[in-house]
Parts: sequence; C-alpha cells; structure tokens
Amino acid sequence: MDYLTLIQLLDSTVRLATPLLLACLAGLFSERAGIFDIGLEGKMLAAAFFSAAVAALSGNVWVGLLAGIGASMVLSAVHGLASITFRGNQLISGVAINFLAAGMTVLIAQDWFRQGGRTPSLSGGARFDSITLPGADAIADTPFIGPLYAELISGHSILVYMALAAVPLTWWLLFRTRFGLRLRAVGENPAAVDTAGVSVVALRYAAVAICGLLCGIAGAYLSTALQAGFVKDMSAGRGFIALAALIFSKWRPWHALYACLLFGLFGALETRPDVIEAVTTLKVNSALLGALPYVMTVIILAGFIGKAIPPRAGGEPYVKER
Amino acid sequence: MTSTAPAIELKGISKAFGPVQANKDISIRVMPGTIHGIIGENGAGKSTLMSILYGFYKADAGEIFIGGQKTEIPDSQAAIAAGIGMVFQHFKLVENFTVLENIILGAEDGRMLRPSLAKARASLLELAEDYGLHVEPDALIEDIGVGMQQRVEILKALYRQADILILDEPTGVLTPAEADQLFRILGRLRSEGKTIILITHKLREIMDITDTVSVMRRGEMTATVKTSETSPQELAELMVGRKVLLRVDKTPAKPGEVVLDIKGLKVVDDQGVERLRGIDLQVRAGEVVGIAGVAGNGQSELLEVLGGYEQGTGSITLNGHSLDLTGKESDGRSRRRRGIAHVPEDRQREGLIMDFQAWENTAFGYHHDDAYRAGILMNNAAVRADTATKMERFDVRPPIPSLAAKNFSGGNQQKIVLAREIERNPDLLLVGQPTRGVDIGAIEFIHQQIVALRDQGKAILLVSVELEEILALSDRIAVMFDGRVMGERLPAETDEKELGLLMAGITDTDHPHSVEEIEANLAHAGGDAHKEV
Repeated sequence: MDYLTLIQLLDSTVRLATPLLLACLAGLFSERAGIFDIGLEGKMLAAAFFSAAVAALSGNVWVGLLAGIGASMVLSAVHGLASITFRGNQLISGVAINFLAAGMTVLIAQDWFRQGGRTPSLSGGARFDSITLPGADAIADTPFIGPLYAELISGHSILVYMALAAVPLTWWLLFRTRFGLRLRAVGENPAAVDTAGVSVVALRYAAVAICGLLCGIAGAYLSTALQAGFVKDMSAGRGFIALAALIFSKWRPWHALYACLLFGLFGALETRPDVIEAVTTLKVNSALLGALPYVMTVIILAGFIGKAIPPRAGGEPYVKER
Repeated sequence: MTSTAPAIELKGISKAFGPVQANKDISIRVMPGTIHGIIGENGAGKSTLMSILYGFYKADAGEIFIGGQKTEIPDSQAAIAAGIGMVFQHFKLVENFTVLENIILGAEDGRMLRPSLAKARASLLELAEDYGLHVEPDALIEDIGVGMQQRVEILKALYRQADILILDEPTGVLTPAEADQLFRILGRLRSEGKTIILITHKLREIMDITDTVSVMRRGEMTATVKTSETSPQELAELMVGRKVLLRVDKTPAKPGEVVLDIKGLKVVDDQGVERLRGIDLQVRAGEVVGIAGVAGNGQSELLEVLGGYEQGTGSITLNGHSLDLTGKESDGRSRRRRGIAHVPEDRQREGLIMDFQAWENTAFGYHHDDAYRAGILMNNAAVRADTATKMERFDVRPPIPSLAAKNFSGGNQQKIVLAREIERNPDLLLVGQPTRGVDIGAIEFIHQQIVALRDQGKAILLVSVELEEILALSDRIAVMFDGRVMGERLPAETDEKELGLLMAGITDTDHPHSVEEIEANLAHAGGDAHKEV
C-alpha cells in the first residue's frame, strides 16, 4: 500500500466517521442526562430526508440543513414528551421513532417528488461542497506533507469540521460549565438535582434538544454532503453504530471521537477490499468489517476491555419519591 | 430573626393523597437555636410534613411562617431560599462526583465551574473550622463511608446558608460511634444558632439530643412536649396510642443440641473480593443468636449462603448433616427441604413480589407443597384459604389474601413473610432485619413471634443493624466486621459501647478509642462495607 492510498483511506475514514461522530455526541448528551435514545437512527433519517428535500426545493443547502435539524428536533420533542413528561419507556419510544422515520420519509418523498421515494439529485448550492483550506493547492505537490494537508485535512465539507469542533466543545460544556455539571448529575441521580432546586425536566429537555440538533446535522450531512440526495433507508444503521461507539467510548467525548474514527476506518476498509488484501494477503469478507463495530461493542459490554458503566439513572423516568 | 419569633411555625397544615389523609391540621412551633424532634411510627406523616416544608408537596391547607414571615414554599428552590436545608434518609448525592461537585450542584456561582469550585473549596474550609465538619473535598462520594456522605449532605445545606436543618432518620445507616459524632455536630450547630428538626423513630435519640419533641400518629400531631419533661414510655404510648413493651419479654433460653454448625465459611463475590473470611459459628436449638455489625460486613452473605442463593467454601452442618455449598443441593429449595426457613433482609426485593397478591406471595418457596397441588395444577383455592388462616394468626391487616403485597404497610408485609416462614415449623430460622421500616406496634408482635419460636426449641439466627434489637432478642451475640466474627458476647455481659467497638473492628475493648481511630479502621475495611445500605 503506498502513501497516497493510505491518505485516501484515511480521508474516507474521516468522511464516514463524521455522521457517526455527530450522532454519537448527540447520544452522549441525551444519555448523560439519563435519557436513553435508540432513536438516533430515525432522527438522522428524518433529517436526511428533510434537508435534502428542502434543499432541492429551495436550492439552498443551508435552508435544507435547518429543515433537517427542525425535523430531527421535532422527533426529539416526541421522545422527550414520551420519556420525560409522560415517563414512558425510553426504548419503546426510540423504536417507534425509528419506524416512524423509516416509513414517513419514503412516503413523503414519494408524495412530493414521485421518484420512487427519493429526492432529486442535489447539485450546486443545494449541496455542501468541499472546502479547500488556504494553501492546500500550493503545497499539494510537496512530498509527504502535501497530500496529507491537501487530501486529508483540507477538502471536506463544512459539516466535517463542525463535527470535529463539536468534540472539544462537548467536552468543555460537560466538564467546565455549570450546565454540564447539572446535566451529568441528572443522568446519575436526578433526585440530587431536584433537591438542589434545579429542574430535572428542563435539564432533560435541554439535553434531548441538543441531541436533536446534532442528529439533525448528522442526517443533513448524509444527504447533502456525503451523498447528493436522499434515498430510502440511507442512514443504514449508522444510528446504531453511533450507539455502539457511545458505549465503546464509555460516554466520553474524546473517546467518542476515537471510537467513531475507528468505526469509520472499518467502513472505509469495507469499500476497499483490495487494500486489505494487499496488506494482509487475506481475502476478508467486507460484510465482516461492517459487523466489526457491533462485535467490538459486545466485547466491551462483556467487560473484556474495562467496564462500560452507563449513567446510573439512564433509562429511568424520574418520579419524585415520597 | 428576632429571638421571640419561632424559626418555623406551621399552622393548620393538611395534606391528603387520594383518600389517605397524610397530614391533618398540623400546627407546630420550633424556636430558633433548638433541636426539635418529630417522632412517630412509619406512615404517621412525618416525612410528608417535612416534604411540604421542603417544597416537595403542596399542602392542601395551612400556612408556613419562617422567622415570623409568612412564606410560600412551592418548590425546593423556595425552601432553600428561605434558609431550609434537608438531609434525606437516602442521601441525594451523585456517587461519581467529588464532594466539592456535590456541594456546588445547584448553588454554583455563574456559568463556569472553576470559579465556583474554588469558592466552594474556600468556604468548605471555613465551615470545617466553624462546625468541626471535616471532609476531603476531592474524594469521590462512592469512595467515602456513609458517615462522611452524611456530613457532605449537612455541608451542602450549610453552604446554601441554611439556618434550619431537617434531618430525616439520620442514624439509620450509622454505627453507634458515627451516630455519637453526628450528635456532637448537631449540638455544635445548635450552639451556633442553627435550628434543627430531627425526624426519627428511635426514642433514645429523641431523649439524648432534642430540646422539644412532637409526636405524630396517623397524620395528626398528638403532642408537643419538652424533652426534659417526658419519658420514653410516655412517648411510645403517644406514638402508638396504647401501652407498649419496650423490652422483649422473655425467659432465659434453654439451649439444646447444636442445630447449625458453621466452620471456616468463606465467600468470594463476583469481583473476587472475599466477603466472608472464615466464619465459625454455632446456633443451638432453643436459642437466638444475634449477628451485630454495620451493614455490609458480610452478614448478608452469611444469610445468603445459608438460605441457598450464594455459594461458599468451608463446612456447614445442620442437625449433624452437612449442607451442600456449591453443588446441585445448594439452592433455596433444598435448604427449605432440610428445614431452614429464611426471612430475607430486604423483604421488598427478596421476600415478596410487590405486585403479586398476598396469597401468591404466601406460596413462594413452598409452591411444591402437596397441599397446594391439584394434579399438575396449583390449587389456588387451597393457597388462598391457607393464606387467610396465616393472616389471621399473624394479625396481618387488612386480612385480605387478594390484596397486592405493595398495598400493605411495611410491618404487615413483614408479617406476611414471617407467617410464611415460621408456619413451616423450621428447625432453623434465618431472620434478616426483621423490623427494618416497621412501626413500633408491629415490632413488638414480630419480636414475640421470634421468641415464641425459640421457646418451641427452634434455632434462630438473627441479623440486624439495630443494636437495640440485637440486645433485646439475642441469647448470644456475635459481632461481624469485614467478613469475620470479631467476638461473641452474652447480652447481659456487654453493652452498646463494647459492641460498637467490635463492630468497628476493635477487639481490645478495654481501652478508650477516639472516633478518628474508629473511622480509620472502618475506612480500612473499605468504603464498600458501607455502600450496601
């Protein structure tokens, strides 16, 4: 494998890791506040559709992004209503959101565009273009550093950089601010927050809203940056891989980045069986790579690589005790 | 605050939950700089009243005055603003946060954490100076003992500038030494002008530390008296509404043959920690052996091995036959067949299924009984009838077999479990925390049943964290600490102080020991020893 192939592989790792990372951080906010969310997948899918559809109709990808975020946040609000206000089962609400999104997106797409459940192909201003960072063209031919900068670091869409920036931002918010302290506390022991005179409900809604926002960006990235338009079920299980990454990272922002990059690498290798064969001289079934994130998560959950302890109040609706 | 205005005055507080009148027209005055006790049985409405004062519930009627000012308390925030701090029975701490983080939670200065933490660290030092409340600010809550955790709760209230401190059953999880220390702290707080409300069901605490005491019964305030002008007997009567025996009435034991013989019993838990480190213990027919100890020092594991849901190594013989500790015969069913009945420590988790009806609960563990069988089916009618008889004999109220277990009071739930186990006429009865969360009237009854079984010549192994109970019921006392039996004592030849030292792992009980020494010893046994409470 030559250097350029490696750079290409890493480049596509970053591209594939981005939606995982956004969804993973989305889940991190929600679960750190004690609301389990297996509806990441559905929210991404809804956001992917609405951002592509609105971008196609308006010709402006930013309007599309807002529509995607809006759709995702509506579903978040549903999840919040079910699990915070009505103290329902968070898993069931999440499953419902996934089904709802899978069905509704195709149905609405067919109704609006009559293209077999797709949106029209996006182009020009209706799609996020890759950004060329300053000086990328100039040093592209410099050996070693050139391709690294021009191919790997430069040349992604704005959403990729946003996702990467979201990691330190999340860390800072969670561990350096009052909001973060309270958010983490409400996921561990809501009664402590309640008796301290802080609203459990408001905090959890805030967390769920941030989750919706990030899932919205993740979904928009799928249909307006990674691909050019929405196709049926295009989230393709990424919401679940993001959940796996969340467990893998033990609910920590920086580790979430590493986990998503690792899972992104598996995704990138899946499309390049030739690279694996060249390096390992083994013919690896690419479906196996697709399953690897789940296998690794099971290993983590079984406690082989340290213990993954979820937030203690996770999944439990908060009821004031007598 | 003027010296004449009461720190707290409640006027005509009423609160109903559906048809249940939890508080009926309650009025109370607490003067500043005093410790006021509120005593009453479980379900008497003490906690409801305090929850109203702390803004958890809204009273249906009545007024609250703080320092002479009429105050509305719609939520905890308002209570905190009014200078009220509450230390709940179950601490409201975030386990994997540091002490400091727990203290500032909800009372941060500004949006950024670091300045808040720095400020809290400084004022924590001051508070430690002023009240003798020393804590390690950077320790994680899960790594410190319950006594320390409680101190953090008190500091939380003081950090919010509380002038009024409410403590709900604060000594339930403490060793006698820790409780003494708590009382010293409360005394110090009182001398600094703080007002303290102490909710408890322990008469001794009321007598030891309070200035005035109010008694609650069935949602009503039955009396408020100066502590110096009352007696435990009088308070007990006011609580229960009739005369109660504070001591267990029993004749000396007539121990017979050795029924249970434990030799070198060891238990290792899932994390590889040795929970029992070689227990040697005998229980004879016709005697009650009480195991004293702070919760989490191996008592639970001992009951679990004997009851058949934990495996161990060593040897246990029952009536001369050895029990299987690891194999096929080490389960609960085999144990029952051998004549061991078990009243587990946590009746709501291990003793009953709360959503199931009383008659279903009565069948558990004995559902293989031929009397309960009709061919290959259960003979439900027979179980119901049997339950009705047992309920009558054990005075379970209400005596309705079809009522779900969760709808009985704590004492009546315990009577259901006790009836199920005792009525099987076992050779050995294991009893864990028989009266935890049970009111005085029922405690009396439960104790009588245990003594009656003893007098029939049965062996009884009692585990309790209540030293008073151990002293009252046992014919012999074994003290456990850190998975070992520290020593055996006869109730007549020992006292709470000596047992307290043994519970803290100190065997040379003749010499005086400082609280620090005891705490250091407890910490050595691991913070975990405390956590299971």
